[in-house]
Amino acid sequence: MQPAIAVRAVEKTYAEGIAGVPALRGVDLDVHPGELVMLMGPSGSGKTTLLSIMGCILSPTSGSVRIADKEVGNLSEKQLPAIRLEHIGFVFQGFNLFPTLTAGENVELMLDLKGIRGERAKLRSLELLEQVGLAEKYGTFPSDLSGGQKQRVAIARALAGDPQIVLADEPTAALDSQTGRTVMEMMAHLAHERGRAVVIVTHDSRVLSFADRIVRIEDGLIADSSIAKKRPESEVSPELLAPLAMHAGEIHIA
Amino acid sequence: MPPLARRNLFHDKVRLTVTLTGIVFAVVLIVVELGLFVGFTSTTSGLVDHSGADLWVASKNVPYIEQGVAFSERRLNQVRAIPGVGEAEKYIAHWTQWKRPDGSEESVQIVGFNVDSAMGQPWNLVQGRIEDLKTPDAIILDELYKQKLGVTGVGEVFEIHGRRARVVGFTHGIRSFTTSPYVFTSFKNAQDFVGLREDQTYFLLVKLAPGADLETVRSALGSQVKDVEVLTSHEFSRMTQIYWMFTTGAGVAVLLAAGLGLIVGFVVVAQTIYATTMDHLREFGTLKAMGAANSYVYKVIIQQAAMSAVMGYVLGMAVSAFVVRASQHGGAAILMPWQMAVGMFFLTLAMCVGAALVSINKVTRLDPAIVFKG
Repeated sequence: MQPAIAVRAVEKTYAEGIAGVPALRGVDLDVHPGELVMLMGPSGSGKTTLLSIMGCILSPTSGSVRIADKEVGNLSEKQLPAIRLEHIGFVFQGFNLFPTLTAGENVELMLDLKGIRGERAKLRSLELLEQVGLAEKYGTFPSDLSGGQKQRVAIARALAGDPQIVLADEPTAALDSQTGRTVMEMMAHLAHERGRAVVIVTHDSRVLSFADRIVRIEDGLIADSSIAKKRPESEVSPELLAPLAMHAGEIHIA
Repeated sequence: MPPLARRNLFHDKVRLTVTLTGIVFAVVLIVVELGLFVGFTSTTSGLVDHSGADLWVASKNVPYIEQGVAFSERRLNQVRAIPGVGEAEKYIAHWTQWKRPDGSEESVQIVGFNVDSAMGQPWNLVQGRIEDLKTPDAIILDELYKQKLGVTGVGEVFEIHGRRARVVGFTHGIRSFTTSPYVFTSFKNAQDFVGLREDQTYFLLVKLAPGADLETVRSALGSQVKDVEVLTSHEFSRMTQIYWMFTTGAGVAVLLAAGLGLIVGFVVVAQTIYATTMDHLREFGTLKAMGAANSYVYKVIIQQAAMSAVMGYVLGMAVSAFVVRASQHGGAAILMPWQMAVGMFFLTLAMCVGAALVSINKVTRLDPAIVFKG
């Protein structure tokens, strides 16, 4: 199967003084559609740098990055936003919702970037919020949402762009364990039921059981890449996951 | 597009208040400084602009109205004989001394005109009549200078250049650019007040006959009346303005203040708009990470700045209008012609959007990886 992301011999050196600081020193990694990969490693090991490069936010110093079989490692900063918009959805540790917009409007902002506006955007936004169990929170501002709800809105926003790839940076770090499980259930559904390639950077050992593959990075190199043995039983209410399952493979922008 | 710009603006009321205060301050500062400049400039040439004359006949090389040199009034008949001249009258504008009731003296500018002519009259008369000036000692002055000259009302008698002067009326808002108030009187009285010989005048005011061509009449006057200069009212007004505003340096100071007002206003606006953008820097980083092109982010920032500009302009002009109105009772006129009000709108918009462009530079170089920093 064609990988959604193919990283080859990627190096990244941050300029700092005369001598640069190497963050990645030749990384190879493929992530396939329907796969949930977790990136782990100590602080400063290079995992967020790798996530940023896979997300077309950073350009590698050398090496190749292919997204949907297109080389993006050598694209200019002006060309990268279009790649991000078309192929990648982000979920952030700090949620990064726009505090002045309601949950629904946060999702609509992503739709607006994709050229979907007006009533169509509102209906689509409601549909996406329904898929994460938050349709009734359409008009609620982020400040009135719990941490878990914020992250679910962020997931809905990431899905609004209909990305083949979802990249998440510590998505459970700011959540309690139960809420973290709910979010991870959703991420796993995105991968396994909807066929998205999901990459998650995490320090949270409680969520490792959701991974199809765990990639350990140390000192800018992949130290270990292992297939997870077993997926956990879902502890999330079936009502919450039902919409996600129901819409499996149906996220398309008309 | 979700109303991100509007929400960003109204979400933090304190920040909005600070931003609008900055813009209002800048608008008021610029309006007041420019208004003072316009006010001073129009004050210097007020007599010329309100004279109702088409042409001024003056002695050679007169730089401005207060610096007239006396010449023989026989030229009046020569002027009246020129084809195209509808009306010509003698006119005096000259400094002299006013004695206050307490014995101290003040410098005043005597303005003498033919009371039977429409040319050269005072304007904005609020008490008394022009015809009242026909009595030998009658004068009209502006109520702004009552205190300075020790005047309390109509009928009071004073001394000008050793001669009796009786107040018969008041105008409102006829300011003098210098510290010497204007005192309007008949031409005959004016001759006495400034010590001018009976057969002399300082200026001749000319009104064209209906249908006469200004340049043709001017040219004829220049060639047929010797030793005088013939100026259009517009020219003489400009000469007077330029003399007072630039040759004396007084206007340069006001213009510099107006320029500084513009700069300070822009800096204040730039700072507030920049701070507003910086407050939302992380959000703009998120937008870029989501795939928004720079132009999309610029649109949000510029919308935000434009909305701030409109609100700041409306509030600023309201405050400015109050200041302008209050200045009508003071010694320094602040004028705000409609052109300035309209121009101020575009200037405010340009300042805010320009300031936004400064912060856009920061956003352009914003690393979207900021979103991964905790």
